[in-house]
Amino acid sequence: MESFLSRHKNLIALALVLAGQIVGLAIQVKVSSAQGGMSLMRLWSISTITPVEKLLVHSQRGVFDGWSNYFYLRGVRRENRELRAQIEEMRLQQVRLQQDALQARRLQALFDFKEQFISQSLPAQVIGSGGTDQSRILYIDKGSNDGVKVDMAVIAPEGIVGKILRVLPSTSQALMINDQLSGVGATLEKTRLQGILAGTPNGTLIIKYIMKDEKVEPGESVATSGGDRIFPKGLTIGKVAESSGGKDMFLNIRVTPAANLSKLEEVLVVTKVVERQRTAEETNGPVKASDILSERLPSVPQKPVEPNAKTDVTTNGAKPANPAPVEATPHANAPKAAAPAKPKAAPADEAPHQ
Amino acid sequence: MSELVAGQSRFREQIEVYSFSWPVAVLAPLLAIFLQAFIPIKIHFFDVFDLPLLVTIYFAMSRRNPITGLLQGSIIGLVQDSLTRDMIGMYGISKTLVGFAASQLGGKIDSDNPGSRFLIVLTFYLGHQAVYFAVARGLVRQPIDWHWAHELLGAVANALLAVILFAVLDRFRQRA
Repeated sequence: MESFLSRHKNLIALALVLAGQIVGLAIQVKVSSAQGGMSLMRLWSISTITPVEKLLVHSQRGVFDGWSNYFYLRGVRRENRELRAQIEEMRLQQVRLQQDALQARRLQALFDFKEQFISQSLPAQVIGSGGTDQSRILYIDKGSNDGVKVDMAVIAPEGIVGKILRVLPSTSQALMINDQLSGVGATLEKTRLQGILAGTPNGTLIIKYIMKDEKVEPGESVATSGGDRIFPKGLTIGKVAESSGGKDMFLNIRVTPAANLSKLEEVLVVTKVVERQRTAEETNGPVKASDILSERLPSVPQKPVEPNAKTDVTTNGAKPANPAPVEATPHANAPKAAAPAKPKAAPADEAPHQ
Repeated sequence: MSELVAGQSRFREQIEVYSFSWPVAVLAPLLAIFLQAFIPIKIHFFDVFDLPLLVTIYFAMSRRNPITGLLQGSIIGLVQDSLTRDMIGMYGISKTLVGFAASQLGGKIDSDNPGSRFLIVLTFYLGHQAVYFAVARGLVRQPIDWHWAHELLGAVANALLAVILFAVLDRFRQRA
């Protein structure tokens, strides 16, 4: 027996270590399906490595800022002039877009749309990565102490980046949208087709589950559909780079992300999203559906006020047989009866983000 | 026959067993794990490299002790796991096997030659990825795909880096 153990001690050690890790994996699979906790080992490793990363990133940024803000100012005057010209051009564009937006908002109010607003976001610095191409992870320098929670959306000014996967007191781990296990509800803006955005092993983005008989052109914009309940609807994802027929019944659609996922330094964590209808102020005045309809329908002459009918309502609590509005606009009840069914999808670019 | 036996024993004599001072043995893997997490946010394509794997192979082949090799591979892999989105143990299992196999192989072939180092790392990288893939698909049921082109490119890139890195690490080893 002893000779057997000493002769095969290497293999026995290997078997024991492997068995220990397989059992550990099995326990984690069971635990993680029940609750989203974090193992002690992960906590230790992240708590050891991220402070060093944070220190390095912040000191590097301090040196870089000092150099670029105080010493290296070559060409700033010329750039300033160009930017001023650009602002003038954009002001003109803004006026035109404002008109379009107002019209869109009036229509949204008419259809009783509820929209998702990003009401609070938290800027964070990228301090590290998962380090492997199998798992596309970012570490940011904000954690539960700053109000970050699991499943919050992480975005950049250009487009979406990922979602929060794990949270520590002063650090968080975010799963990027180009990870193989990531899934984001996506809408093609022109065709309004919906699919699921996922990553591939080489870090490219693809949209799954759009049928082969649909036509998708390269260059079409892609936005979030809001179906995943993580990213608010209408956030920019990117543009279609290539679309071709796949092996099965779905199209192979490759997407170029709007945010440069390989060079992220700062991101925003969406800490609060509210779902509400636009207020009257936001729609530029109290525009009611009835007002819009009354412009289109022929007017009905106003009926005289019947005091008895009003008394009936207050005393008996029952509805009058023929309730006449006291000071009604001609078609105050018209919108509910005449309003069309609520559309399933709103154009993504009309959903505003604050 | 006697010449063959003599040649074999000469070859075995030529294969050296090395040891490392404890700061090198501890700091080199830690530095590899740290750089692997930090550099990709500055240089994106760096995530194709696997510095912890290269360090595992190097130490296992130099020490030529299977138990030390598998234990070091296991610890490096587990720490690497804890920085990813994955369950802890996926890289642990892969690197345990690589550490064990590399130390076994280190006792049989000359691993100081850059050409053989290139081929060894190329093979071990593909083996490591295959084990990781098998664990991810088979044990954890992750829906990940195997892309030959991507894995081969990663294998060549890591093998090239290994030739340089191993030459640097050679400076820190001592004959046991």
